[in-house]
Amino acid sequence: MELKNLEKINDYEWLIPASGEMKVPVRIFASQRLMEEMDEKVREQATNVAYLPGIQKASIAMPDAHWGYGFPIGGVAAFDPQQGGVISVGGVGFDVNCGVRTLKTGLSLEEVKSKLKELIDTLFRIVPAGMGSRGQISLSGKQIEYVLTEGAQWVVEHGYGIPEDIEFTEDNGKVNGADPANVSETALKRERKQVGTLGSGNHYLEIQYVAEVYNSQVAEQFGLWENQVVVTIHCGSRALGHQVGTDYLKTLAGASRKYGIPIRERELVCAPLDSDEGERYFSAMNCAVNYAFANRQVITHLVRSGFEKVLPQAQLIMLYDIGHNTCKIERHQIDGKSKEVYVHRKGATRAFGPQREQLPRPYQEVGQPVIIGGTMGTESYILVGTESGEGKAFASVCHGAGRQMSRRKAMKKWRGEQIVRELSEKGIYIQAHSLAGVAEEAPLAYKDVSAVIEAIHNANLAQKVVKLKPIGCIKG
Amino acid sequence: MPKRCDYFDHKADVGIIGIGTTLPEAFEQAAKAMFDLMYDVEKVKPLEEIQVECEANNPEELFVEWLNALLAQANIHELGLGEFQVKQIKGFQLLGCAKGEPLDPQRHNLRTEVKAATYAMLKVEKEGEKYIAQCVVDV
Repeated sequence: MELKNLEKINDYEWLIPASGEMKVPVRIFASQRLMEEMDEKVREQATNVAYLPGIQKASIAMPDAHWGYGFPIGGVAAFDPQQGGVISVGGVGFDVNCGVRTLKTGLSLEEVKSKLKELIDTLFRIVPAGMGSRGQISLSGKQIEYVLTEGAQWVVEHGYGIPEDIEFTEDNGKVNGADPANVSETALKRERKQVGTLGSGNHYLEIQYVAEVYNSQVAEQFGLWENQVVVTIHCGSRALGHQVGTDYLKTLAGASRKYGIPIRERELVCAPLDSDEGERYFSAMNCAVNYAFANRQVITHLVRSGFEKVLPQAQLIMLYDIGHNTCKIERHQIDGKSKEVYVHRKGATRAFGPQREQLPRPYQEVGQPVIIGGTMGTESYILVGTESGEGKAFASVCHGAGRQMSRRKAMKKWRGEQIVRELSEKGIYIQAHSLAGVAEEAPLAYKDVSAVIEAIHNANLAQKVVKLKPIGCIKG
Repeated sequence: MPKRCDYFDHKADVGIIGIGTTLPEAFEQAAKAMFDLMYDVEKVKPLEEIQVECEANNPEELFVEWLNALLAQANIHELGLGEFQVKQIKGFQLLGCAKGEPLDPQRHNLRTEVKAATYAMLKVEKEGEKYIAQCVVDV
């Protein structure tokens, strides 16, 4: 990105002042190097968002931001319904509540190492993944409705997990205001047997260990210690969520015309939050949010059954489950007033600091764990939310490393077999349903995740707690 | 011979392009490009047929509707699609069909699932003698 016309606030914060019809400025959190490497399209897309009605404080981009559709991926924006605020599919994405969940095993790297291959092979068999995969659970019409309204809570009540899983899931695994009447027949039909499936693309199931502890006090609070093995699940709301996005893209295109909302990119079609179209999209999206929580919950159950077979001494305990494609009603301080706003996070993670009553009790004192996934070859990080991040970025941080190379270029540059072999030499065992998919997701196709994390840490949007390194990974 | 499908680069996702001597042909070629991201469409046998009907407010949104309707139908019928036909475009209404068979990981070289066709970089236009239809798909 060209840095002229940008105001440097400090080493990790940049501003594009509001001009013309822009309602607010654009604020980008990144180091100078990440800014220089960042796509010019991020400036364009984040600026387009700043024109939307009812937007609060700033249109925000994270250090991993890249060219998306509508919003940049790594984009955050909050809207006030009292000031004509809007809701947009482009600010949530098609994979609604795509997110990550990390489980602690209580086992050390030494205890797992000799069984790793067997563990990965077992999980690969048990957890459905890849193009067109179907799960074990067939939900009846009524049961789907329960999943859409009750989310992970319903599946836990039906034997797929333990009550503590719910306590340590964002929003307790269930958001309110989800009415299945707003979800189309097509979306319901597409759901068939997809709950408990990983999907493909950048989704994964990874076995990692705590390679470095940066903040021992918070790590202890999170139950993380050096060399402990953990499991991270990355997936979303599957075809049901995709269809909700698809259906409402069309509805919101109509609403943008109807309400005469000035949009600068077609994918930013949106509806006023207090309009019928806006309310229906929010409700349908909440159904998909609940579905994604339920999906990760069922996968958790499958992962536990896999461990039971290979490493029965493991006790899989939730660290946290958090989405990164969402729109949520949250209370934030804006211009000295506490207000309820709708926060869009497209490829961005909620990062509440201490004292938020929505957090599980053990995290209220220190802030929530924030799980940032790397790629299959690189490290992931656990951060903790800060008070400062609440004020600067509506309590939001990045969601991953962010791509630096397109999928097509990656496919041309690498072969899946080669990536699997190279990672194996580094001690990372990969099982994948699609080798072409592995090539697309090659580690070098992504930005350096540690540079992204340094920017988040130094901008104090969140603080580093531990670094996780992968030892095994299942790809769709 | 302008009939073909192609791609353009997008950082996180992929752009698909369909080119044809007619608008229906451009739509068909774009569908082929989109499904070929998921598996080898050339290896899919046309054993079962699904019907698609959609409408929109303008040609661009109709194009996205067509692609998304195909994704939904392929998913609902648990089929891999390989042949695409737009039978009729009347105003902003489209009638079409597609043929395929259940996906077989051994034969179809499975790749990455396409989640949806989007309005990003969306374009439907006539350039000289050829029609071009393009958009970014979310993968």
